[in-house]
This record gives sequence, structure tokens and C-alpha cells, in this order.
Amino acid sequence: MAVTLPLAKSRKKGGLNEAHGRWAFYLIVPTGILLAVVIGYPVISAVIMSFQKDAGLDKATGLFVAGGFAGLANYAHWFLQQCTTAAGTSACPPGNIGAVFWEAIGNTLFFTVCTVALETVIGVWMAIIMNRNFRGRALVRAAILVPWAIPTAVTAKLWYFIFDYNGILNHVLGTHIIWTSGAWSSRFAIIIADTWKTTPFMALLILAGLQLIPEEVYEAASMDGASTIQRFFRITLPLVKPALMVAVLFRVLDALRMYDLPAILTGGGGGTGNSTTTLSILVVQQIRQGFNSASALSTITFLLVFLVAFLFVRFLGANVVQTQAAQQRGELK
Amino acid sequence: MSVAVGRTRSSTREVARERDEVKVRVAKHRGPAIRTAISAIVIAVWCLLPFYWMIVTAFRDVGFTFSTDAWPSHVTFDNFTTAFSTSLGNHLGRALLNSLFIGAVVTVVGLLVGTSAAYALARLDFKGKSVIAGGILAASMFPGVALITPLFQLFTNIGWIGQYQALILPSISFVLPLTVYTLTSFFREMPWDLEEAARIDGCTRVQAFRRIILPLAAPAVFTTAILAFISSWNEYLISSQLSSDATQPVTVAIAGFQGSVPHQEPYTAIMAAGTIVTIPLVVLVLIFQRRIVAGLTAGGVKG
Repeated sequence: MAVTLPLAKSRKKGGLNEAHGRWAFYLIVPTGILLAVVIGYPVISAVIMSFQKDAGLDKATGLFVAGGFAGLANYAHWFLQQCTTAAGTSACPPGNIGAVFWEAIGNTLFFTVCTVALETVIGVWMAIIMNRNFRGRALVRAAILVPWAIPTAVTAKLWYFIFDYNGILNHVLGTHIIWTSGAWSSRFAIIIADTWKTTPFMALLILAGLQLIPEEVYEAASMDGASTIQRFFRITLPLVKPALMVAVLFRVLDALRMYDLPAILTGGGGGTGNSTTTLSILVVQQIRQGFNSASALSTITFLLVFLVAFLFVRFLGANVVQTQAAQQRGELK
Repeated sequence: MSVAVGRTRSSTREVARERDEVKVRVAKHRGPAIRTAISAIVIAVWCLLPFYWMIVTAFRDVGFTFSTDAWPSHVTFDNFTTAFSTSLGNHLGRALLNSLFIGAVVTVVGLLVGTSAAYALARLDFKGKSVIAGGILAASMFPGVALITPLFQLFTNIGWIGQYQALILPSISFVLPLTVYTLTSFFREMPWDLEEAARIDGCTRVQAFRRIILPLAAPAVFTTAILAFISSWNEYLISSQLSSDATQPVTVAIAGFQGSVPHQEPYTAIMAAGTIVTIPLVVLVLIFQRRIVAGLTAGGVKG
């Protein structure tokens, strides 16, 4: 690439850069249009809808209400559990799913912290093992791709069967746990299944980072008398940190929008009815009850994901673009 | 200067000799190797055991659903018949065709559109490149639920609910960031001097791309196609809300499965369906293992 000829370079200064720009424009426009239609438009329209009233029959007066500007009422519905009727704003009647909001936030954050922590620790361990030379390494690397390749919906059904009261897990453990309907047991069921499914992805991303660390560094350290633990904390961890941070960021953003697994494994509720309800599940439950308050909730979910991503990049230095650019340049090779 | 270099070289040689000695010592010490082997077995078993259990159950008689025999017992193919039984309300056959169709369209369109964007990002100099790259990456991080409410309303208004295009369009946009990112990083590593050479020999940019670069890029494009297809095949959230009985993909079909015994979760049939849905992917993944790992880590985006 560096051999791109001085000739070409001198030409670039002139008209070629403009030509590049024109080409690039045509090549990127289709992607831009598709993403604008299916991602840009819904996000913006969700924000607009979240400030509007639901149109429909008003239960108090029996008259058709056309909707209109609702201010922050839809957000108050979630944050403060307030319902707005023609009679005014008051606390929602019992059974309203707005009441589940804080529990859903709690569940979502709990799942995110637990699964990502477990997946990071196990993923680092798996990556270190796979980075070693041993017979059958190819076999292990193939095995690790199996959970990744199974669709989440199938994974959920598979673990639903394993977690059945009469299922294999209770048999092996000799326990009588009602995995998919106890409050805490259903949460742990989700965490176990998710860890099984996504740790391989983590391990592969971390392994890619590990392979960039030159063998010589370890040899030098072990000749200087560094122990295995010292080598891990002083060499492996700092050097693999950029790749690790990107992997963790991707997983966190993914865990915050978790839907398939709790929706199928515990029927969206589990336990007391809401103990595995995540924000995504709550949005889907709300869609059929009112677009606008569902939009407010999906906007809240989106802002939460955005906030977490921002904090990650800002304070933990997970620089996706730079790390990828570095890997592409083979800088650490 | 040259003296310094010479000294470094000789010391490197010494280091190398010492390193060999260390290696011999390590080889004599078998402990770590055994620990590695045990860890490797634990990883493989942890990853494969639930998968194995799914296959064993798929071939087990429904009356022995909760049998705890570790090996295949009461072997039968009835579960596969149940899984495809339309009289029980299981439209697995149609769901498989739906998933194949949706996956194929999503993959082809996603690759056509994604390849051109990736080529621009990898190969051309233009203003705002990093902004566009960042924007495409950010698009992959939007939670699906942030899109589903407006899409649900929009598709209801234009009568798309339950139609294929309502499932295909969102899926393409989920797959696009993945294809663009994976292909961009693959494209950056390609021997572009050949393109320059072709153009000096009189090819246009498009000709050079089609005749020289595309054949060379075929493996990368193929890998990305597999990742895109798997991603589309696994999609559940949007499909579960926007599909009808006629258009539902396999993930939705399996989630709402009916068995031959009323009021009983049809585990064996579900496992049979799960096996059918999963085996092609697992075979694909095992055959193209190396490429897929390269693609996954290059894109760094979840498939």
C-alpha cells in the first residue's frame, strides 16, 4: 500500500481527491438511504411520538380525542407511574404495566452487569487457553463456535428444556428448583443461558487481541522471574485491554437490549410475573396498548444505551474506531 | 550506529539460545500442559453438552422426554414428523422456506449495498469519512426496540404487517453495519497495487474492480455473506411482532411450537425442530471456521 507510487500521489493533489469524493458519495448513498429509512426515521419519529397523546376514545367522557401534544406525560407514565385521563393526572390504577418500569430497569441493569462480568472473566480464561499450543486446539476452537451459531430462540427453548422441573439440570444437581418461574431462579436461568450463548463471542474477540501480543514479551518476563499471576496482570491484561474494552462495550450494549432470551425462556415474566422483564420486553408489551407511551419507553431505552456507550468511551477508553484501525494497520502485530 | 546494531544482534542471539534452554526445561515439566488439556476439555464439554442434549432428545420417544440416559435411548424419528405436522399447527416447513427466502434476500441486498460502501471506506479519500464510518457503527448499536414502535405503526399504516418486506427491510439495516465493517477491514488488507496496475493498463475503475478486485475479494465477500445470513436467520424480535402465520421465520415458529400431547410442552418436537434449524448453521460454521473467526473479529460486530 505504501508503494502507491509517487506518481499517483502527485495526481491525488489535483482532481483525484474530488473524483474520490464523488465516487464515495455514489457508493455510500445506498447504505445511507437504507439506514436512514429503517433506523434514522424510526428513532426520530419515536422521539416525536413520545411527546404526543394517544388518540382514541376517552373513557371518562366517551368522546373521541384526537391526540395532540402531551408534554412529558408519557415519560411521567414510566418514571412516576402517572396516568393521564381527561379527569387529570393521577396515579395509575393497579395492574398498569407502567408500574413495572423500575423493576424492568433493575432487571436490565442486573442482567447486564452479571452476564457481562461472567462473560468477560470466562471469556478471558477461554481465550488464554485457546491461545496456547496444544493438540486438539482446532477442535476446541470449533466447539466454541457452536453456541454462537445456535439461534437465540433455539437456545432459549433448549435451556427451557434443561431447566424444566423434571429436566436434566435438577437431576444432575440433585435439586428441586423451579428454574423458570421462581423470582431469583428464573433470573439466574437467564444469566446462565446467556453466558453459555455469548461467552464464545467474547472469547474470540479477546483471543484476537491476545494473538497480537508478541511471544517475546512473555519470554522476557519469565526470564526475569515473573510468576504466572504477575505475567497475567502486568502483561496480558494491559496489552489486551483495548481489544477487551471493545468486546465488553459491544456486549454491554447488546445485554441492555436483551429480548429473545427472557421473552422465550421465562415467557417474558418468570417468577412473580415481572422478575425477568427487561426494558425491551416492556416496550413490546406496551406497543399494543399505546404507541406513544411505548415510544417514550423505547426512547428511554435508547437514551440509556447511548449514555452507557458514551460513559464507556469517555471514562474507560473503549475506543472502537481507534482499536479497529490499529488492528487493521497491524500495528500491534 | 552500525556498532550498536551489531551488539543488539549478538545479544538477540544469546537471548534466543537462552530461550531454547528455557523451552527444554519447560518441556520436561509436564504440569502446565496437563492443566491446559483439562481446561480445554472443560471448555469443549461446556460448549457442546447442551447441544448434544438437544440432539439426543430430538431422537428420543416423546414418552421418555425426561429420560436422563446420557446416551441416545428410545430412538425414534417421530419428533421430526411432529415438528413438520401442519395438522398440529406447526408450520416448520413453511417457516424454513420463509427464513431461507428472507435470509437470501437480506444477504444479497446487504452485500450489494454494503460492498460498495465498504469499498469507498477502505479505498477512497474523502471528507467526512470517519464521521460516516462512526455513524454506520453507531447504527449497529441501536436497540431493536427503539425502532419497533414506529416501524410497527408505519407498517400498519401502509398495510405491510405480516408481509415479507416488513421483515426483510429492517433485517437488511441490521445486517448492513456488520457487512460494511467486516468488508472494510477485509478490503484494507487486499493487494490494491494490482488495481493500480490494471488501471495503468487501461481499465476503468469499475472494470478494475470487477475483473481484478472482485475475484480476489470473493473469499472475504463469501465470509461476510455467511455472517449476514446467520444474523438474519437468528433475528427474532422484529419478526415476532411483524410477521404473520404465513411469513413467520423459524425462530418465531419454534418459540410457539405445538406438540402431539395436549397441554404438555412438546420438548422432543421442539428439540427436533431446533436440531433441523441449527445443524446447517453448525456445519457451515465448522467448515468455514477460520474465515468466520476472522470475519467476526475483523468486524467486531455481533452476528
